[in-house]
Amino acid sequence: MTNHWVDIKNADLVLVMGGNAAEAHPCGFKWVVEAKASRKAKLVVVDPRFTRSAAVSDFYAPIRAGSDIAFLGGVIHYLLANDKIHHEYVKAFTNAAFLINEGFQFEDGLFSGYDAAKRKYDPATWQYQLDGQGFVKIDETLQSPNCVFQIMKRHYARYTPEVVSQVTGTPRADFLKICEMIADTAAPDRTMTICYALGWTQHTVGSQNIRTMAMIQLLLGNMGMAGGGVNALRGHANVQGITDQCLYSEVLPGYLSAPADADKTRQEYLAKRTPKPLRPNQMNFPQNFPKWHTSLMKSWYGSAATAENQFCYDWLPKKDAAYDVLALFERMHQGKMNGFFCQGFNPLASVSHKAKVSAGLAKLKYLVVIDPLATETAEFWKDYGEFNPADPAAIQTEVFRLPSTCFAEQDGSFTNSGRVIQWHWKAADGPGEARSDLDIVGGLFARLRALYAKDGGAFPDPVLGLAWPYRIPRRPHPEEIAMEINGKALADVTDPKDPTKVLAKAGEQLAGFAQLRDDGSTASGNWIYCGMWSQAGNLTARRDPADLTGLGQTLNWGFAWPANRRILYNRASCDLAGKPWDPSRAVIKWDGAKWGGNDIPDMRPDARPEEGVMPFIMNPEGVARLFAPERMVDGPLPEHYEPFETPLDGNPMHPNNPKAVSNPAARVYPGDLESFAKAKDFPYVATTYRLVEHFHFWTKHSLLNAITQPQQFVEIGEELAREKGIANGDRVRVRSTRGQIVAVAVVTKRLRTLEVDGRKIHTVGMPIHWGFRGVTHPGYITNTLTPFVGDANSQTPEFKAFLVNIEKA
Amino acid sequence: MVWQSLDIRRRSATTTPMPQAREAVEVAKLIDISQCIGCKACQVACMEWNDLRQEVGYCVGVYDNPPDLTAKAWTVMRFTEMENDGRLEWLIRKDGCMHCQDPGCLKACPAPGAIVQYANGIVEFHQEHCIGCGYCLTGCPFNIPRLSDQDHKAYKCTLCSDRVAVGQVPACIKTCPTGALHFGSKEDMKEHAEQRIADLQSRGFANAGLYDPPGVGGTHVMYVLQHADHPEWYAGLPQDPAISPLVEVWKGWTKPLAIGVMAAGVLASLIHYVMKGPNEISKETEKEVENETRPE
Repeated sequence: MTNHWVDIKNADLVLVMGGNAAEAHPCGFKWVVEAKASRKAKLVVVDPRFTRSAAVSDFYAPIRAGSDIAFLGGVIHYLLANDKIHHEYVKAFTNAAFLINEGFQFEDGLFSGYDAAKRKYDPATWQYQLDGQGFVKIDETLQSPNCVFQIMKRHYARYTPEVVSQVTGTPRADFLKICEMIADTAAPDRTMTICYALGWTQHTVGSQNIRTMAMIQLLLGNMGMAGGGVNALRGHANVQGITDQCLYSEVLPGYLSAPADADKTRQEYLAKRTPKPLRPNQMNFPQNFPKWHTSLMKSWYGSAATAENQFCYDWLPKKDAAYDVLALFERMHQGKMNGFFCQGFNPLASVSHKAKVSAGLAKLKYLVVIDPLATETAEFWKDYGEFNPADPAAIQTEVFRLPSTCFAEQDGSFTNSGRVIQWHWKAADGPGEARSDLDIVGGLFARLRALYAKDGGAFPDPVLGLAWPYRIPRRPHPEEIAMEINGKALADVTDPKDPTKVLAKAGEQLAGFAQLRDDGSTASGNWIYCGMWSQAGNLTARRDPADLTGLGQTLNWGFAWPANRRILYNRASCDLAGKPWDPSRAVIKWDGAKWGGNDIPDMRPDARPEEGVMPFIMNPEGVARLFAPERMVDGPLPEHYEPFETPLDGNPMHPNNPKAVSNPAARVYPGDLESFAKAKDFPYVATTYRLVEHFHFWTKHSLLNAITQPQQFVEIGEELAREKGIANGDRVRVRSTRGQIVAVAVVTKRLRTLEVDGRKIHTVGMPIHWGFRGVTHPGYITNTLTPFVGDANSQTPEFKAFLVNIEKA
Repeated sequence: MVWQSLDIRRRSATTTPMPQAREAVEVAKLIDISQCIGCKACQVACMEWNDLRQEVGYCVGVYDNPPDLTAKAWTVMRFTEMENDGRLEWLIRKDGCMHCQDPGCLKACPAPGAIVQYANGIVEFHQEHCIGCGYCLTGCPFNIPRLSDQDHKAYKCTLCSDRVAVGQVPACIKTCPTGALHFGSKEDMKEHAEQRIADLQSRGFANAGLYDPPGVGGTHVMYVLQHADHPEWYAGLPQDPAISPLVEVWKGWTKPLAIGVMAAGVLASLIHYVMKGPNEISKETEKEVENETRPE
């Protein structure tokens, strides 16, 4: 979330789209209820299903799964065509006026630079036009055909209400009513918040779904505002923490881009990732990259990391290929992997295309499962009849199960969706021989290091040289880890403006990332968490609910990264002179000498408004990108592409270009493209989701949850049920090209048949929570059916839109 | 039971006058259906607090689970899909005991002390006195009590009287994540409901209103309904609930009559005794009876 949970109460309009907050985030949803009750906010829900969120909404509209960009692109068109944008904000705080390379083109569904053979874009023509000093050229009149504003206007001119309705199935009148409600928040003192979740990410255009919304929020001037922002509701109590700490192969902790084979030396690596400002006077905060990275290396390798040895840069693994979850299982499936550690992860159930995952696991030499529960993955080899047919005699994988404690059985921290890190304390001992994850990893490391010390090996240095400064090496304590993540001064850290002033003495915990240095005098395991455990102690353990701001900022509750800032880009909540756009919800303001107010300013505190330092400090241009010259592999502007399994004959936006049916830059593995279903055999759109009664694949092990939702079901609309002769409560078989499941049918008015591109589209809804282990009735793993293809940027599998057939079982 | 006897205001099948010494504030639970997302956290909290575990059931084609109230499931969500003027509504009602001011169950109950009403309005079953006759089921206008297959006693929501007695709110209220459930004095709850109703009316629900049916003297569990003119849309919430006429006959105007009949009997016996002397049983008859009842 750019904002945070409590801040939802400050919104005038809450849009729930690409998510179902009431169902998946019932506790956080209280702030939506609060916004409605206390602020007279309106709640709008757009979803293929009439959800629990829709049940308490002011307005609901249906949409075909996988057509969100068509809808949101239509909103952009509406805002521009009806001049419902926050002009001053757009002109000053976005790249609307920036000039783009004249070679940029968008033709017949493809951006310039496309290589069909590689399914990749060369973004050379998507770049800014630069002047002699390396600054971007701008056209303040916004009239140049090459300026972002005009390019964007042309691009979305095609997304008329008629086209939106044709592609999405949303009735035109419903779409226009929602556009009006959204447009109302273009006023400087009105805000909309958007709550989304996996309903946007789990598409092959997932990242672009979210970008489209970000563009809308920028056009409306809702970024940085209380009650505004683009808010990802994370699906797991600590999944934000996982992301921050880098359990993705693309990054190191704190979203530092990970080195690849091409980055031969530390200098090359740092140079590529340390941008120069693209406009005068901008903060260009990523210029500090070397400080963050060097401090990380000092945290990992301690005294072994020196300037002379490039701070052990050579010890870092360099990425030679993709290592996202689909890439891992693809490699496993090809038999190119020996062992797999599976910690707090149940991939047999949670990764798409169960048969492929299962076949991959069967090719391993060993599988280690570290989990508090008896997961399906740990028993992939065991025959559970129709739910998991297997022949144990034919599978040679050796499976080790290391029972771990769960979160309530250990100290630690949670980072919630709003980036607030909160310490938690152990409530009970774990059962039996269960050990905490830290104990397990500590124990494994101690033994591995001893083996490397004794026997050597191909490359023992990174293991032997790893800093392991814990009091009991086999059992690192969560507090030690938290202090290490925050980081400390290794030598006295002095003020660059006044070297006689010591900011942190050697050995002291650092107060924030401003104290990090690139000379090896500081260590920090994650720069964005720096400040959470300063000399003042563990700030994540703070529990002061006092809200002196009236906005729910509660700055002394836990610690929000970065720098305890609760609302990101909050400089944008003020006009160019530093006055809040809405004084009744002032986040920060310029008081004549400095920035301050109800939040930690997202701005250099002494940056006078006249200096023109813009709010989006993480971009070298200082402003937000309506047009993204970099970072998006599938285009600088979001465009509607069909899911890889589409119920239509092609992309209605580009009916004549077979290359532009689905995301042209999404990665597809050989063999998978052919396996995607065609609508003539599998005519129904399927979408998977969660229910409030269960949490992923965990709570089927809990009796109370099992009582409230005991058995697997799929949902279908009344019209499809009639066509297929399916009655409520019947057992039905749902098939995709990858397998089949059998479940109880719930026939409902909440799934409407939509009119899309001149045909009727039925949706089959499939909750995911069942499996062959647990105290619910045994069920099929829903991901038996889902396709093995992911978002072009994040590789998140397309769980939300694929094709199936259904019949009475 | 954490209540004192002086908190009891009514007791089933009991003619002894109840204590009046202590003044009590009437309490109420307010269920705001317009803020309820049907998450069933209240169901789980109810099972946990009362330490009851209903059997794992089946999906019968709806979200309702367990599909009905049972002796071990004292509250359930009832989901209704309703189309109004072409727009769909998903009405979700938390069902359970309404804690009537004039409780039909208590009136119908023939077992002394099996059902009590406290001065704050809470109606509670005391199962150790329950004889399992099921009359409370007939007496309830809301179809709430359930007889257990296990022990043949009747069960229902206690409004967490044990928690309320020590100043806590019922478990369902405590757990409700959206704040759709409220608990407090009945007066405060009515006042809060007024604000909610005004809000709903401003959002186009012209007939939003409070459900506090007078036919049972009002209830200590009340609903804010978007369509107060159609309570039956909410999984058959009765339009105008009243105690069954049979119960009213049984415990209403026939009761003094029955007492009269009994009194007449006593009087007749007295007259008989005075006129004829005590009944005498011959020694032979006594012997016969003894022999018959002695175990073989």
